Amino acid sequence: MLINLFHTVRSAGVPCTLRELLDLLGALEKNLAFADMEDFYFLSRTILVKDEKNYDKFDRAFEIYFKGIETLEDIFEALIPEDWLRKAFEKELDPEELKKIQSLGGLEKLLEEFKKRLEEQKERHEGGNKWIGTNGTSPFGNNGNNPEGVRVGGEGGNKKAVKVWEQRQFQNLDDSVEIGTRNIKVALRRLRKFARQSTDYELDMDGTIKSTARNAGILDINMIPERTNHVKVLIFFDVGGSMDPYIKLCEELFSALKTEFKHLKYFYFHNCVYESVWEDNRRRTQERFLVQDIINKYSADYKVIFVGDATMAPYEITNAGGSIEHWNEEPGGATIRRLCDHFDRVAWLNPVPDDHWDYTSSLCIIRELVDNRMFPLTLKGLEEGMSELSK
Amino acid sequence: MKFTGTKNYVSTEDLSMAVNATIALERPLIIKGEPGTGKTLLAIEVAESLGMELIEWHVKSTTKASQGLYEYDAVTRLRDSQLGDERVKDIKNYIKKGKLWEAFESDKQVVLLIDEIDKADIEFPNDLLQELDRMEFYCYETGETIKAKKRPLIIITSNNEKELPDAFLRRCFFHYIQFPDRPTMEGIVKVHYPKIKKALVKDALDLFFDVRKIPGLKKKPSTSELIDWLKLLMSDELPDEILKNADTSKAIPPLYGALLKNEQDVQLLERLAFMSRRDQAK
Repeated sequence: MLINLFHTVRSAGVPCTLRELLDLLGALEKNLAFADMEDFYFLSRTILVKDEKNYDKFDRAFEIYFKGIETLEDIFEALIPEDWLRKAFEKELDPEELKKIQSLGGLEKLLEEFKKRLEEQKERHEGGNKWIGTNGTSPFGNNGNNPEGVRVGGEGGNKKAVKVWEQRQFQNLDDSVEIGTRNIKVALRRLRKFARQSTDYELDMDGTIKSTARNAGILDINMIPERTNHVKVLIFFDVGGSMDPYIKLCEELFSALKTEFKHLKYFYFHNCVYESVWEDNRRRTQERFLVQDIINKYSADYKVIFVGDATMAPYEITNAGGSIEHWNEEPGGATIRRLCDHFDRVAWLNPVPDDHWDYTSSLCIIRELVDNRMFPLTLKGLEEGMSELSK
Repeated sequence: MKFTGTKNYVSTEDLSMAVNATIALERPLIIKGEPGTGKTLLAIEVAESLGMELIEWHVKSTTKASQGLYEYDAVTRLRDSQLGDERVKDIKNYIKKGKLWEAFESDKQVVLLIDEIDKADIEFPNDLLQELDRMEFYCYETGETIKAKKRPLIIITSNNEKELPDAFLRRCFFHYIQFPDRPTMEGIVKVHYPKIKKALVKDALDLFFDVRKIPGLKKKPSTSELIDWLKLLMSDELPDEILKNADTSKAIPPLYGALLKNEQDVQLLERLAFMSRRDQAK
């Protein structure tokens, strides 16, 4: 009753619940998709998936489920039956190729190797020279050009439907890679905190009607203050050098931030925050603001956002005099720590993809300095960052 | 009752399936997709092909969920009471029915379009949970429960400006209209301009997909822009050669104003064209 499909889809990370499964069963009962894979694919996608960013995950799960790849033993047996390999396979090879097979240690060895790699490998693969997949030079896979290769799956009398999810057209909709001003604004809205403050100057319609009615119909006008966003934000942008590849991303973030927050102050720094920062890149040498002044001036309820790749030589953070531009009396790390201590809510947005973070030691140091409150500059990371700030 | 597209609307297989599931299970259908891929048009065409009445509810940033149910016009009632109008005695005279009420009340099944739901406040979809689930709501002023006589076919469109809450999504089906591929696009053009010359369509589509491929465009032209552009091309009766020679890398396409809606995009195209001409001149 599709419970396995449901679990496969769920374990692929598509958030669907029992309710959707019941809907799908209901739809099948009404004969919406009968004995047609493509119809069933469209139907189950319509019902189980609620966001286009999950289409790709769903496609993958669907493929896995319907290829019957439940256990690795199964796929191994299903795809290359022993006798096929021995007879048909050896017949297909000319003597020269047979000789080459020996280079991998004969058929037995080849099969063992195949199984081993299958276990290591989890995803569909194309190109490359090791993994099992299509168009590569690995000994295993489809459409490849390794004479010692074993062809796996593929071709055959697949219906058009199989291709629909194999194409994985929705790949780029996944994982919030796309980020634009509009998207950023939506993410930033998490930070909104509306409050009615200051003087009354908006007509309170509901209140007026209520109190007028209570007043036996004699007009009684009520006023309330306008709702405004009361979040206050300080931003520190890393500029120049290693940040250059991320200029467009940062520009978009900046323009979204500027329209979203009324109380917004921004400063620039290079690589690491030292004792002073600047507000205007053209006058960075003449006009600088001491970080200590910023701490004194802005109260602890300001939310602080750092934007930077945190990629530099470790001594630029840890050592006095480590700055590449001037002599700093105090290590940059201490300044960052002081900011974190003063302001309650801090988040560091990093344009470097988060799976690369562990490879850069300076990045790890900064991450520790901001108490792990570092988020990738993707939509998802931005949302996480904003919910951290609004806690 | 099955939807397979109409003579004015090309529906892909997956879209038809989504609509048919909606019809069979009487659940609301959420339609997302790039602007200009025919989300709103879908509801109109579904209504037409099924022979149902269409009720449209266009959502704005100020729209509240309760406005779709009903509004109590307290101000008119107040004025009437002060003027001694007889109508004032019956509160029903001051209840203005909303689109949802209209749809629920109808004797025949109708198609209800909730257009651009993402424009409204974040709480908007949450306020409609019960109403869409049970297809009923309670009117406090008159003390009656309005229940749908025939569950309407609800089609909701969204431009993805806000994320919809999970609880809301659970109650709906979902479909993302993908940007049409070339064969579908040819079908769409044929539906709109049956008499258009085949050669013109081919050249125009080549050009159109080329323009869409240019990296860095702020707003890629979509189906509705293509249709407008073709209309212009036809009315201008441009000689065929103009389109044929108008490789995007050499010159900007004729009447580009219909395709590109953004000054920066036009500039980008001009710059690319200039660079390519310069390279050729060398």
